[in-house]
Amino acid sequence: MDPTAHPSVDAEPNDPPVVAPQEARRAPERVSRRTLLAGAAGAVGGAIVVSIPTAAIGQSGAPTAAPAPSPAATPAGDASASLLGTPTTPQGARAAAVNPSRVPVGQVTGSSRAPLGDLTGTITPSDLHFERHHAGVPALDASTHRLLIHGLVERPTEFSVEEIRRLPQVTRTYFIECSGNGRAPFKDPKPNLTAQAVAGMTSNTEWTGVPLATLFREVGVKDEAQWFLAEGADACRMTRSVPVAKGWEDAMIVWAQNGEPLRPAQGYPLRLLLPGWEGNISMKWLRRLELGTEPWMTRWETSVYTDPLLGGKARQFSFVQDAKSIITSPSHPDVINARGWRPISGLAWSGRGRIARVEVSTDGGTTWHDAELSGTPQPKAHVRFQYMWKWEGEEATLLSRATDETGYVQPTRSQLIAVRGAGTDYHFNAIAGWRVQRDGAVFYHGTT
Amino acid sequence: MRRDLITVVLLLAGTACGGAGSGTSASAGSTVPATFERYDAGAVAGGPGAGTRYAFGRQPSDSLLGAWDTDVGKNGAELPPGKGSVAQGATLYAASCASCHGVGGVGGVSPNPALVGRDSSAEGFRFADDPKLVKTIGNYWPYATTIFDYVKRAMPHANPGSLTNDEVYALTAYLLSANGIVPDSATLDAAALREVKMPYRDRFVADERKGGAEVK
Repeated sequence: MDPTAHPSVDAEPNDPPVVAPQEARRAPERVSRRTLLAGAAGAVGGAIVVSIPTAAIGQSGAPTAAPAPSPAATPAGDASASLLGTPTTPQGARAAAVNPSRVPVGQVTGSSRAPLGDLTGTITPSDLHFERHHAGVPALDASTHRLLIHGLVERPTEFSVEEIRRLPQVTRTYFIECSGNGRAPFKDPKPNLTAQAVAGMTSNTEWTGVPLATLFREVGVKDEAQWFLAEGADACRMTRSVPVAKGWEDAMIVWAQNGEPLRPAQGYPLRLLLPGWEGNISMKWLRRLELGTEPWMTRWETSVYTDPLLGGKARQFSFVQDAKSIITSPSHPDVINARGWRPISGLAWSGRGRIARVEVSTDGGTTWHDAELSGTPQPKAHVRFQYMWKWEGEEATLLSRATDETGYVQPTRSQLIAVRGAGTDYHFNAIAGWRVQRDGAVFYHGTT
Repeated sequence: MRRDLITVVLLLAGTACGGAGSGTSASAGSTVPATFERYDAGAVAGGPGAGTRYAFGRQPSDSLLGAWDTDVGKNGAELPPGKGSVAQGATLYAASCASCHGVGGVGGVSPNPALVGRDSSAEGFRFADDPKLVKTIGNYWPYATTIFDYVKRAMPHANPGSLTNDEVYALTAYLLSANGIVPDSATLDAAALREVKMPYRDRFVADERKGGAEVK
């Protein structure tokens, strides 16, 4: 879908260019060679650091100068293992052949998607977490930033960031998903969409911060308070209204992700985190909470982030992200180049709690098979699933279907259109997958 | 009151089990993790005890509250003094807004949204039926006060917060007039803006999704 033709007042630049740089995924034989070298290093002994001089490695991962002896010619890889490695650095870098990348869209106001097809496990590396911002990323100083809590409270209070960090900390893993995630594949399911383009507006993070309930107790939230306004310190002073009950339930004020302070694009120095809810309401660059009795009806909960429904209605305050899943491997632009066994692997999540079940189909939804869930699913967090599949060169359509602990089953696209209309504009959680051609090429299949 | 009760229960449980932490997990029961409703100062190892505070922070100054507490809710109770006319707003719009939102507000450079439009095809709130319909202030927004709040805090894009209250009233009047909601001769102040009812306010409904088997 052409982002310039977006019909909404919102006109989010959510509809991405199609393909990220994924050369490493297209060249498995090169990756294999590097893996061999690394494996040889391990065989020689852990004390020896093996390195291929960076300057000798082109972008593709192939040596361009001073090639080491071929592993085939030196079975143990001793020759390369004897080369002196590079020294350690203040911050680490990825292997030269590994280049997972986001695809930024929009000038100042915009988005970029997590490269789901390049990732494994469940934690999204912090620098690959998806971004969506409404007025750019502000540069804030944690030493002067403040969080003001006022309105229907006993003690209006201004906290420094240091004071927030001195309160008892909790660390929990939650996903965030933009409610526009999946708009382009829902509206216009083109075959050349990647997993990143289809579902990359979700990421999963170990967040550290303070329960909002702790701050509610500190300031003495009054019983008559039913909603609070959360305000960011970005250029549009973004505001959204949140039911107070969510604050007592599981809301957090977070200041760290995956073991380090928040990245600027994720709200440094403070972010409101509302687990399981549409991403925009987890207010980044949080500077103010005002307790009140009714929602404020800000632009972000009226003009946009409302869901048109059939019958001339629009659903408002549609906070929860319903259960969803996406197969990330294989996915476009992969080309399966070996017959035989491989995992069909992907991610599933629900804003209502734990994922209870993920099923995989290899025949376009005629038959379904239970996938294995990796580890114990956590509430409102990504869980990795896999199903072992033996490909014999046939055409196949791979789909995944998540069920959460409330019994909600991820719907088909046609089910969603039937209940909400083709013009529905958020919360696209339809079953989708990938069509595998006889030549092994993999293309998006979203018309379920 | 309910939270006080829970605190008392926690305190008792903590005493009985020999520690507030074990009291918390005991009260949580099954595999469902304790929600933060139960997570207070009494549930933290070494903490000051249930029902107490850390007492960080300071009372905000009036100047901070005045600078930050500018939100205007749906009833417009917080609307500031000032006024502006449709004609004044039209001049301001042409100078400060049209470069992004288009002449007359009908849409400019993506992703900046169209603000004005009462095309008959988009009347009737049929947005779910027809993905091509374009939402505007006139055919979608439920509250006129939202215009004032948003323009005041976020516009113009390159210099947000720079408009005076009079200018924001004028721009609000212009956008409402261009959408056929107030007459061209209108001047808006706080009282007049509170009286404006948007045509599709009653089309917004609560989220009835609850989980479970039914897809909504």
